[in-house]
Amino acid sequence: MTTETVKKQRWKLNLRDRFQDLPKPARIAAMVVFVVLLYLLPTKAFYENLGFPIPIGSGYLPFYTTGSDMAGVLFQCGYYILLALGLNVVLGYAGLLDLGFFGFFAVGAYTVALLTSPESKLITEYNWLESPWPWLVTVPIAIALAMLSGVLLGWPTLRLRGDYLAIVTLGFAEIIRIVAKNQDWILNGDRGIPSVGHPPGTWPDGEAIFDLEFTPYYWLVLTVIIAVIFLIRNLANSRVGRAWVAIREDEDAAELMGVPTFKFKLWAFAIGAAIGGLSGSLWAGQANFVNSNTFSLENSILVLAAVLLGGAGSIGGAILGGFIVIYLPEWLRSVGDVFGWPTQVEIAGIHIDVSPTSLRFVIFGALLIVVMIYRPQGLWPNRRRAAELKDRQKEVAPVE
Amino acid sequence: MNFDDLIQGFPDLTTTGLAQGSIYALVALGYTLVYGVLRLINFAHSEVFMFGTFAALWTWGLMGYDSNSTRPDLGTALLLILVSLVVASLFSGGVAMVVEAVAYRPLRKRNAPPLVFLISAIGASFVLAELMGAFTERRQQGIPGLLPGEPLFSAGGWTVYPLQLMTFVVALAVMFGLDWFVSKTRFGRGIRAVAQDADTAALMGVNKGRVIALVFLLGGLLAGVAAVFYSMKQGNTRFNVGFLIGLKAFSAAVLGGIGNLRGALLGGLLLGLVESYGAALFGSNWTNVIAFVVLLVLLMFRPTGLLGESLGRARA
Repeated sequence: MTTETVKKQRWKLNLRDRFQDLPKPARIAAMVVFVVLLYLLPTKAFYENLGFPIPIGSGYLPFYTTGSDMAGVLFQCGYYILLALGLNVVLGYAGLLDLGFFGFFAVGAYTVALLTSPESKLITEYNWLESPWPWLVTVPIAIALAMLSGVLLGWPTLRLRGDYLAIVTLGFAEIIRIVAKNQDWILNGDRGIPSVGHPPGTWPDGEAIFDLEFTPYYWLVLTVIIAVIFLIRNLANSRVGRAWVAIREDEDAAELMGVPTFKFKLWAFAIGAAIGGLSGSLWAGQANFVNSNTFSLENSILVLAAVLLGGAGSIGGAILGGFIVIYLPEWLRSVGDVFGWPTQVEIAGIHIDVSPTSLRFVIFGALLIVVMIYRPQGLWPNRRRAAELKDRQKEVAPVE
Repeated sequence: MNFDDLIQGFPDLTTTGLAQGSIYALVALGYTLVYGVLRLINFAHSEVFMFGTFAALWTWGLMGYDSNSTRPDLGTALLLILVSLVVASLFSGGVAMVVEAVAYRPLRKRNAPPLVFLISAIGASFVLAELMGAFTERRQQGIPGLLPGEPLFSAGGWTVYPLQLMTFVVALAVMFGLDWFVSKTRFGRGIRAVAQDADTAALMGVNKGRVIALVFLLGGLLAGVAAVFYSMKQGNTRFNVGFLIGLKAFSAAVLGGIGNLRGALLGGLLLGLVESYGAALFGSNWTNVIAFVVLLVLLMFRPTGLLGESLGRARA
């Protein structure tokens, strides 16, 4: 009897439990090794020394993306992971469906662009600034402005029901895009803002660290992600985090128990927006050029897909999701290059583009449906949220 | 702000606004029907509409009319429109039912929370739009001009074009047909019963699954009708036309009171007019912003819309 229960418990131990059972030094050591690995990811020498079979000629490596620069892909993954972490606060913790999350990214990117570019109209036409500001100074401003826009958007809308909130936030992102596209006054419409500033720093030999090479940007974004993870973890385990979970599970009950729901929902919105703005400012620091075309709705949906595929309410899930939505299509493309996946097929005289990058939204759309049906808690779920969903499923479903 | 344009162009702006509003109203009815019964924003409805525009385009193509052909005579044009109305609405209705069966029905069986429904809907919407995008190489496709481009009549500064009149009349007719269907027929009674209280309706012997499928079919049929008129007005279509129309039609539904059939008509026409006047006032670049601002302001002050929500309680 007793042995049986013990056995059963052992069998139930999954990877996470085993990790938790390790002594603390071992856990920290494992984490450090893992983080060092992450920093090494974009260097090709790293893969070659791992002893992977490298076919000569095609240059194909198992994890490496040949279709595009590996460090570039990783940097893109990085700022999407940041976005996913931000949306995870709004959607995963507080349970507010924000469909226009990329709008905050736009706010952050434009702030940095306007303040750091020598060609920004603030300098050339209005003389509000003497000279462009350094990138580092503008980042806190970008974060603050994104936070402010989150509060401004949240103030009127957070009193609405969940599904209305979704539509209103969608409208907000669209308004930002249209405003950026149409008005010439400051954002310069489709022509955009060129020569945006880069982050500071030089190598010992005097070359700028942050220039055209992607690798330093990846290291920067990785460092920022690690910092943000600590921040969010502490928030989630604090009074604020508990209030969010209470709101997500039952808003009325939370209000009755004395949680000021509106205030905490607004906080979730503001913090999510701030992380979105941070991501936007990092991106602008690399991209060098900002215009309205970058901020289409598809990006918002991609971030949403990242959070939900990974598992809403779980930091690991957001990271996994953000990584998957960017890396997978790129990787598939290089696999396609090596193994001869066709980029085009012809059916009845019509050419259809079937490359993974072109079809990725079809794939993610289908994945969203399948995940919602069979694993609504996501690939790397938050335990409490998974339990909530399971509880609901057990409630008597009305007979069809 | 350009008040001169508004005052001088007032009659023209009104007629274009009403014609555009009729299209919004037809699509809005689809949102309202589904919302009334399931309390769910059918995000994929915009793509159902988009499929309708392509169905119309292909129908005309098969009958020998593409964007390069010359304008047919009136009799042929009417025949073409009639055929495309039938084909497009059936096609859209079919797509809507497939979406329901694939993306929503499994979730209903699992008693999923509303958020999960919404996300599944977004997924369905993306699959539909991007499939069409891949199939049409993401290119804009021209649509033949069918009805004569000259004004039908003009009196005292009011000019009415055949297409505008036809859009408005057909939309009204379809709307009254739907109203009759929902309030008078056996199926309509089933819809209202499920909208009021799904479980009790099921206990009283209403087949809930069939009612829901029917509601999706109805919404799809209306979207198909709207799609035909939209394509003729716009002169082209693309795989992503659904998004904006869908957002605006949804705004229209909320404006009139989502779940309320007459509200959808009122909201659609109103939104069309506001947009048309607003475009004259602020410049046509800002048309799309106006719709969202109207929606935002309205939700702040009257979240249940002008006529109030509920498909079950209202007689229609």
